[in-house]
Amino acid sequence: MTYRWAQTEPEQSRAAESETNVNVLTCVFQDKQYVGFATLPNQVHRKSVKKGFDFTLMVAGESGLGKSTLVNSLFLTDLYKDRKLLNAEERINQTVEITKHTVDIEEKGVKLKLTIVDTPGFGDAVNNNECWRPITDYTDQQFEQYFRDESGLNRKNILDNRVHCCLYFIPPFGHGLRPVDVEFMKALHEKVNIIPLISKADCLTPSEVKKLKDRVRDEIEHFGIKVYQFPECDSDEEEEFKQMDKELKECTPFAVIGSNTVVEARGQRVRGRLYPWGIVEVENQSHCDFVKLRNMLIRSHMHDLKDVTCDVHYENYRAHCIQEMTSKLAQDNRTGSPLPILPLPTPDVETEKLIKMKDEELKRMQEMLEKMQQQMHEKDQ
Amino acid sequence: MSEIVPPEVRPKPAVPAKPSHVAPPSSGSALLGYIGIDTIIEQMRKKTMKTGFDFNIMVVGQSGLGKSTLVNTLFKSQVSRRSTSWSRDEKIPKTVEIKSASHVIEEGGVKMKLTVVDTPGFGDQINNENCWEPISKYINEQYEKFLKEEVNIARKKRIPDTRVHCCLYFISPTGHSLRQLDIEFMKHLSRVVNIIPVIAKSDTLTLDEKTEFKQRVRKELEACGIECYPQKEFDEDMEDKSDNDKIREAMPFAVVGSDKEYQVNGKRVLGRKTAWGVVEVENPNHCEFSLLRDFMIRSHLQDLKEVTHNIHYETYRAKRLNDNGGLHPISSGQDTQEIPMPIKHTQVISKPTKF
Repeated sequence: MTYRWAQTEPEQSRAAESETNVNVLTCVFQDKQYVGFATLPNQVHRKSVKKGFDFTLMVAGESGLGKSTLVNSLFLTDLYKDRKLLNAEERINQTVEITKHTVDIEEKGVKLKLTIVDTPGFGDAVNNNECWRPITDYTDQQFEQYFRDESGLNRKNILDNRVHCCLYFIPPFGHGLRPVDVEFMKALHEKVNIIPLISKADCLTPSEVKKLKDRVRDEIEHFGIKVYQFPECDSDEEEEFKQMDKELKECTPFAVIGSNTVVEARGQRVRGRLYPWGIVEVENQSHCDFVKLRNMLIRSHMHDLKDVTCDVHYENYRAHCIQEMTSKLAQDNRTGSPLPILPLPTPDVETEKLIKMKDEELKRMQEMLEKMQQQMHEKDQ
Repeated sequence: MSEIVPPEVRPKPAVPAKPSHVAPPSSGSALLGYIGIDTIIEQMRKKTMKTGFDFNIMVVGQSGLGKSTLVNTLFKSQVSRRSTSWSRDEKIPKTVEIKSASHVIEEGGVKMKLTVVDTPGFGDQINNENCWEPISKYINEQYEKFLKEEVNIARKKRIPDTRVHCCLYFISPTGHSLRQLDIEFMKHLSRVVNIIPVIAKSDTLTLDEKTEFKQRVRKELEACGIECYPQKEFDEDMEDKSDNDKIREAMPFAVVGSDKEYQVNGKRVLGRKTAWGVVEVENPNHCEFSLLRDFMIRSHLQDLKEVTHNIHYETYRAKRLNDNGGLHPISSGQDTQEIPMPIKHTQVISKPTKF
């Protein structure tokens, strides 16, 4: 009997074992039951690194405010090596120009195609009426070109020349924003991300910097200028990051100093400016906000700047353009023929067809929604 | 007639340049003993101390370049309105205004009535065309006032002098070159008033940048034919010329102004305190404020007044008299009428101005 018991025991135990084995196996299966799309960010990363990034930065402000020096300091390049400075006589008949410098920078295998759009002549004349017009025309032109390319046949290699960010240099010598600053920013705040900077901040004492920053912030609010806003931190970010983000936001507008020369300070070779009364270090946080600007512009918010340009400014432009087109359509009572707003032969007809299709789709979906709502009502009753 | 020739002979004050008993005078009369002519210097000094004198300085430049602070630093007193604490309501004026404030300051028994003429709104608008016109108008009005007083039959013993003796023009320290506006202003006004250009807020330039900038500014001024004070054509003798040449080489002065004192190396100095050091205003290695002060106040103050009176004012006067065919001397109280009467062209002799 016991013998049989003994025989059955192992069976039971084996059954129990197999049960536990099954339990163990299911656990293991659950661990291995992941699809594997968590590696998507890595794939995106690899593809982007191969493709490279591009970024277009515009610098605007009167001449002599250190724009070129700051750009050189930010990207550790010398974009303006062979620049010839014009004297006042030569500048009499100069109008505001738009110049572009492109440089390819590579760091740790990541390629960046950086385009700097400069605006020499801005604010330099005696009569500066509408001196921002060439700049607004340029940004509109880039949007228009992208709009056309997007609606075109070959969309694989669209060149994105849209301006992602505009650094506007405010002179430190004044008491706040001047009329020309206000007008420029109001003309451009809905087309481009504007980041106002206080330039040549080494001529201000710390209390003067604070006063000027407060004043500029007040005036920006007073005139309703929409400068680039840092996005809010996610609630699940670390405390330290949140603290840094808060400090960053309170520091705007950044008071910056740039330098093309390397000096010896505290036993190290740093970028700085040598004065008889001391050495200003560009990368010293207690001297100026250069490090904050660089971190913000390059290390944390470069992608966000591009996103805002694509999602907000470009979409505004596009909606405005399409509205104009459709209103013209209604006015002229023509339905199919291409209009001279965007003079393209076939793609125009295509976009109009697309729009019509989308409209119809929307209508259909709305009808379906209504039907569903009705059905739900009937069910409730 | 628009041909204006500055008078060749400047009426010299009746003071010999050197004491007469050092070398025998070349023209004849040998002195047989001590007369005491040289005590006239002492007599003049006493009189000056009693009457005091006027000095009018105008400051021109964009807002925020430290004009008021510099004038306060120059005269070591609060003579100019401080606009560093602007409230929102104090907006940039739409046109250039002219605001003048007078103070009497005293030093060593000598009283000076200092008038500072400020020009808020200059160069601050988007469109700055002809923003120098109100300034030019003001200067000419002062000349006109003086002329009217002079031409009166019953003249005051001491004509109140409101003419601008010196105009400090503040150049923005861009480090590149002069701005269009700077050149236009100086072109229009260098023949009317003594202009001394200064580079404002020069603590933003390193030494190399400063030298380069000054050189470029000097070249540009020369290229445009702008003559700032001290003008080359009014140098009297070799001594003057060599002194003034030294000054012309150092102009425009790169200055820093401040009215706050800090402790540096155990001394209290005027300066600006930043995170990387203290900029000492009166240290010649840091900026050229002391050069400017010595030049303007300690050596050329009187000369500024003389050039204004003898050159600029005379030019204005000659032009006015020529335009009107001779001003009819009138009694005080009436406006000068531009009556084209056939008057004999008599020379209106002006009294030498008391200092």
